[in-house]
Amino acid sequence: MPISLVDAESLIAIDVGSVSTRAFLFDVVDGRYRFLASGSAPTTANAPFNDVSEGLRIALENLQAITGRVLLGGDERLIIPSMPDGSGVDVVAATISAGPPLRVVLVGLLEDVSLESARRLASTTYVRVVETLSLNDRRKTESRIDAILRLRPDLVLIAGGTDGGASQSVLKLLESVGLANYWLPQENRFEVLFAGNQKLEAEVKATFGRLGPLHIAPNVRPELGTERFQVAQIQLANIVRNVRSQQLVGVKELDNWSGGGLFPTATSFGRAVRFLTRIYDSAKGVLGVDIGASATTMAAGFAGELVQAVFPHLGLGHGATGILHQATVSEIRRWLHIDLSDDDIRHYVYNKALYPNSLPETPEDLAIEQVMARLAMRLALREISPGFPEHSFHYGPALLPWFEPIVATGSVLTRAPNFGQSVLMLLDGIQPTGITTLVLDQNHISPALGVSAAINPILAVQVLESNTFQNLGTILSPIGDAKPGTPVLRVRMSIDGGSETSMDIKQGSIEVLQIPQGQEAQLSLTPLQRYDIGMGGSGRGGRLRVRGGALGVIIDARGRPISLPHDPARRRELISKWRWILGC
Amino acid sequence: MLAEVTHILPVTLIRRERMLPIPGRVLVRKGQKVSATDVIAEANLNPEHLLLDIARGLGLPEEKADRYLQCKDGMRVAQGDILAGPVGWAKRVVRSPRGGRVILAGDGKVLLELDSPPFEMKAGIPGMVIELRENRGVTIETSGALIQGVWGNGQIDYGLMFVLVRSPDDTLTTDRLDVSMRGSLAIGGYCGDAEVLRTADSLPLRGLVLASMDAALVSEAARMRFPIMLIDGFGKLPMNMAAFKLLTTNERREAAVNAENWDRFKGVRPELVIPLPASGDLKAPREVGYFEAGQQVRILRAPHKGKIGTLVALQPGINRLPSGVQTKTVIVKLENGDEVVVGLVNCEILE
Repeated sequence: MPISLVDAESLIAIDVGSVSTRAFLFDVVDGRYRFLASGSAPTTANAPFNDVSEGLRIALENLQAITGRVLLGGDERLIIPSMPDGSGVDVVAATISAGPPLRVVLVGLLEDVSLESARRLASTTYVRVVETLSLNDRRKTESRIDAILRLRPDLVLIAGGTDGGASQSVLKLLESVGLANYWLPQENRFEVLFAGNQKLEAEVKATFGRLGPLHIAPNVRPELGTERFQVAQIQLANIVRNVRSQQLVGVKELDNWSGGGLFPTATSFGRAVRFLTRIYDSAKGVLGVDIGASATTMAAGFAGELVQAVFPHLGLGHGATGILHQATVSEIRRWLHIDLSDDDIRHYVYNKALYPNSLPETPEDLAIEQVMARLAMRLALREISPGFPEHSFHYGPALLPWFEPIVATGSVLTRAPNFGQSVLMLLDGIQPTGITTLVLDQNHISPALGVSAAINPILAVQVLESNTFQNLGTILSPIGDAKPGTPVLRVRMSIDGGSETSMDIKQGSIEVLQIPQGQEAQLSLTPLQRYDIGMGGSGRGGRLRVRGGALGVIIDARGRPISLPHDPARRRELISKWRWILGC
Repeated sequence: MLAEVTHILPVTLIRRERMLPIPGRVLVRKGQKVSATDVIAEANLNPEHLLLDIARGLGLPEEKADRYLQCKDGMRVAQGDILAGPVGWAKRVVRSPRGGRVILAGDGKVLLELDSPPFEMKAGIPGMVIELRENRGVTIETSGALIQGVWGNGQIDYGLMFVLVRSPDDTLTTDRLDVSMRGSLAIGGYCGDAEVLRTADSLPLRGLVLASMDAALVSEAARMRFPIMLIDGFGKLPMNMAAFKLLTTNERREAAVNAENWDRFKGVRPELVIPLPASGDLKAPREVGYFEAGQQVRILRAPHKGKIGTLVALQPGINRLPSGVQTKTVIVKLENGDEVVVGLVNCEILE
């Protein structure tokens, strides 16, 4: 959609990550918005700075140097709006993930109802739940007060009571929260987010209004079977911004630049995924995966609805030891194509946590890091998938719903020495089903697009259409039950104006059909053995047009879930074979 | 590019802020000399509360009970003090079950904060208090040798140093620990045996500074009552030569170990301080720097992990590491004269 250059506004999206601060410049080229360039610098959120401005300034200076466009004024501040001489920028969008996870106390009535909703809401951003209070909690009021004070939370998130439902029990729980905040000195008081029974709003305001920052959101569980996070999630994003503004110099200024629209990176990543569900207009969902040093984020969009979670304990930097708490060292070893001892793996993980920004120098370290990424994805999906809509599961809750596309980002994927390694990590970690496209966000631009979409949706659409993301390939994952070696899918591929290939795919195998980048091909799929390829049921096939990505078409018939041989030597041999097929 | 700096310095000026997480009481004066284990400030980090139902105690409705309250918000009370009453012919009263402070009194209830032992913040390093921040903490300054570590178990102590490491790649075994070391601070190489930690605890040692440790011992080490600090990391890693030379030349000196967990956000990390008299004008070392040729750097990742060298040059553009990962690289001349190419992000400045 061409737009008027007169109306067009240039935009800089700034992301203050835990490791890097990036500045992305978008502007109109030939009547369409394009991602022009990015500048980055190490984030200066840590001591001795505790001030994001320095990293931000260097990132913008780098962007200036790359683009030749003057962005900073003499006072080293961003020039907003742009000047007639072409300097500066019209709009700023900003996201932040730097800083330690917020310490959160959850309050809800019932463990598996409102408390669960509170937990799901909290997990949409960078938090660590340090305590929960519910009706099942038999402690006296004073013990609860002591527990809250001992833990010194940044936020108390209150859900509970369906609208018009129980109120006395909720108020009883709130008593301890209010008294704990009353005890604290003004500057140490925690933020309170109330997203429970709306009938209690006035009383909650009377109790907490004087005691510190209070945020009210519509009930996240207005009825037993209904969950609504959208507004509460925005409030939560505001709270993250408040806390970060108090912790870090420069955050307030960044928020001002963005017109008060600074969002947590994960929230913006989720918005990008939800935005994609509208663009793709698909019956399938859209899955977003961001494997970072400080957290792994999963966002799944289903027809505009978003299921999202941030897992600080599954980051590949500081969080690396957290993965060891959820997966054994031998589970890591099972996915390695080389023979390493448990000690080698354990020491790698602990040393990586000491230096989260460091990169693998040796093939052995790289192999461990990539297996950690697989496990982070597996564990994150295991935790988030119970929240997917029931209708989205085509093969039962144990297997992944259909997604189109799967958008992945994070340095372990984008810095992999070749696309084959990125693809294999994603296939092993996500284990998609049916037909999907793997897309790599090499510049970690999706959070920027998510936050920009709210300001300028045309920009987001046009940038997405402009091949900013790397298409890794089309994935065909047939689902069924046959012995290894049995043909389960017949594939015929005709590349437009070129060759024709035909092959039978055997259960347990992985195959690649290459399509030159930018070219298109027609696929004809015939499932055998009543396998389901996602074209209308078991045994049903059909035709499909695909565009050439980095690897072409990848047929992953290794089964779901992937089962690895018990014998270590056979297992390593098989994984090495998969790596060879994908050109790793 | 901004670079992290790790300090291994024979003599430097050391300044450390020690702040309470919530307001409390500062117990030292400006100019006062403190040792590493001196309590410099205290705060009620783990308060204990009691919510008394006055109305029930007096046998009255809430609104009437408040008329008989004999305490106000903020008032100190001793055990047995009357909080409310007397009421009726029996002169019913509610007494404080323990000493403490009234936080809130009203609506038929009294919330008491009971007297409980406060959290005591130790100095962490020996030195002089040069600055006070009211109710929050102090800044302490000292001069001496400084060795920063990478992992600590959260404990603080000081003692006479016993250097048990004979060569950088030495392994510490239980037979090297004996009763003559009781109350001292032992310096070891690699520790791969939990029994070593248990023996050290039973002596007891005042501290254990190791080059490296088996990661499987982390939870055991975290439980120890004495400070344990790692200088180089996990796995069988030799002690870096800078730390080895510095420690072996300072044997039998008093040293303090603050084995705090490394927290880059707060700017704290485990460290060992050997107080030494200052000569001349000492300056506090910088916390971050920019990579430049000629700097001493430590390599953070295998195959050269822990090795120290001199940064010869920052290579132009982006280059491929042996792992295949592409990144900015540098040439480092190791102490044995070999030149190696490593990722820039895999180096830290050592000074």
